[in-house]
Amino acid sequence: MALDFAKGITEFRWHGRGGQGVITSNQMLGKAALAEGNYIQAFPEFGPERTGAPVRAFLRISKKPIQVYAQVYKPDVVVCIDPTLLDVVNPAEGLKEDGILVLNTDKSPEEMRKKFNFMGGKVVTVDASTIAMDIMGRPFYNMPTMAAAVMATGTVKIETVINEVIERYPGKVGQLNKAAMERAIEEAQTG
Amino acid sequence: MTAVKRIPKDQIAIEGLTGDAAIAHALKQCDLDVLAAYPITPQTIIVEDYQKFAANGEVHCRVIPVESEHSAMSACIGASAVGARVATASASAGLALMWEILYCAASMRMPIIFTVANRALSGPINIHNDWSDTYGARDSGFIQIYTQSCQEAYDTTIMAFKIAEDHKVLLPIMVCIDGFILSHNVERVEMLPTKAVENFLGVREPFIKLDPDNPITMGPLALTDYYFEFKEQQERAMEAVPEVFAQVETDFEKMTGRRYGMFEEYRTDDAEIIIFTHSTPGGTAKATVDVLREKGEKVGVLRLRMFRPFPTKEIVEVVKNAKAVIVFEKCRSFGAPSNPLALELRTALYDLEKRPMVVDFVIGLGGRDCPPTTIVEGYEKTKEYLKKGKAPLYETMGVRK
Repeated sequence: MALDFAKGITEFRWHGRGGQGVITSNQMLGKAALAEGNYIQAFPEFGPERTGAPVRAFLRISKKPIQVYAQVYKPDVVVCIDPTLLDVVNPAEGLKEDGILVLNTDKSPEEMRKKFNFMGGKVVTVDASTIAMDIMGRPFYNMPTMAAAVMATGTVKIETVINEVIERYPGKVGQLNKAAMERAIEEAQTG
Repeated sequence: MTAVKRIPKDQIAIEGLTGDAAIAHALKQCDLDVLAAYPITPQTIIVEDYQKFAANGEVHCRVIPVESEHSAMSACIGASAVGARVATASASAGLALMWEILYCAASMRMPIIFTVANRALSGPINIHNDWSDTYGARDSGFIQIYTQSCQEAYDTTIMAFKIAEDHKVLLPIMVCIDGFILSHNVERVEMLPTKAVENFLGVREPFIKLDPDNPITMGPLALTDYYFEFKEQQERAMEAVPEVFAQVETDFEKMTGRRYGMFEEYRTDDAEIIIFTHSTPGGTAKATVDVLREKGEKVGVLRLRMFRPFPTKEIVEVVKNAKAVIVFEKCRSFGAPSNPLALELRTALYDLEKRPMVVDFVIGLGGRDCPPTTIVEGYEKTKEYLKKGKAPLYETMGVRK
């Protein structure tokens, strides 16, 4: 019998490369969940940060204090912010059958379902790379990918997350990120 | 100090903080006079954040960026000797480099607060968590408290000053968090108003201090004539800790509603098997026990907080009627019959006529992850050992053999 050690906890796993803001986005989503009255754990896969190397981060969100201190093995949500990683790692690994897979890619959800042989739950794709380049002129695609994840999961309100982003990046940078996040929500495809 | 009152909810700030940041914020509110430290992963954020507070003028503290950990603890002793409230932070190799001076701090009865993000010792070099660093320093004369969550790390850091500075104690304290697992983990932390912390702690009143107008010598030479008596005094100070600790926790509870104890008992009342561990595995064990209980298993957790002084009698009271106690510990004592945490427990239980079986698992060395399945595996093995009536003195779990 499979034992459920995460009852009442929504568990996220993030994939990206060192320097792309995986840890920052993970913490920001966590802090948004906190602002909505939840308990959280937001932590990176522990190790020295190496720019460009695949990195992972984990987030737990719960109405009650969280006692488990371990990596997330069976996430409810997986977010991959780097399209080049999709040929390197299997983001659907360990994902719950009714889980949600959120990918930064210009491919369709159907293609991604086939690629990772994930037929359950929900697959959301968003071309966050293009959105980031269009709006910010730089490859800051973590925030638009996060926006698609927030929309897909509904664990936290998008307004709360945008507030966190604006608070963290006051001024123009925050506003550009907000615009990128809003466009990502419009353009994300679910399938 | 005026009477401690419950802090109204609207004065409590809720923040998302890593374990390191939570400790840095606690130190910020404890009105330190001197902080001397040398950076080392994974405690670096403690000192980094505190340096920012100092640079921004948010604290009135002399931060001494020393050239090594040996110097950090030495500077702490000097500052503490003139009556200052003092803290430092380190881990692993940094703590090892302090070694000589740890014993001086304790024997000179300096109430220094030393926050540690537990990390494995070299070699090979490893930046991740286990308890080899502070377990190695268990006989240094420091009080040692191990915490599970960022909130607990924040609260314990504040309480530590009040315990250490009490004239019945006057001993330095290590406040420990698991490196990375907690030090870099953002959790919900309820922060007290600074005024309340200042009121709770008051200003340190040194028992005796270095003063140029009234010169004395501290920490000089004692050979066959008096050295032994100094050690006796240190032990008496340790014996005074539980009473002072309880009083400080009572005051803290009045202010916050939170109390932790020398250890936490979790679903132990009717437990036939009790899991004995501390720090973050203590949390994981509780979550695991909830699931095992649903399957009808009679299992509980005793999560240790205070390793020094070891609450021997109190622990015996909790576990004496259990069939087995399972120890999970992140340290290997090479060549020893078993490992530091299990050694303490077995010693504590030895004089009982009927003792629970003690099963010792070494887990998570060098940061290897310890998920709930590790706890379940240990539990299942222990049930087998109970059937057989015999268990090995210790075994490792989660290692390639």
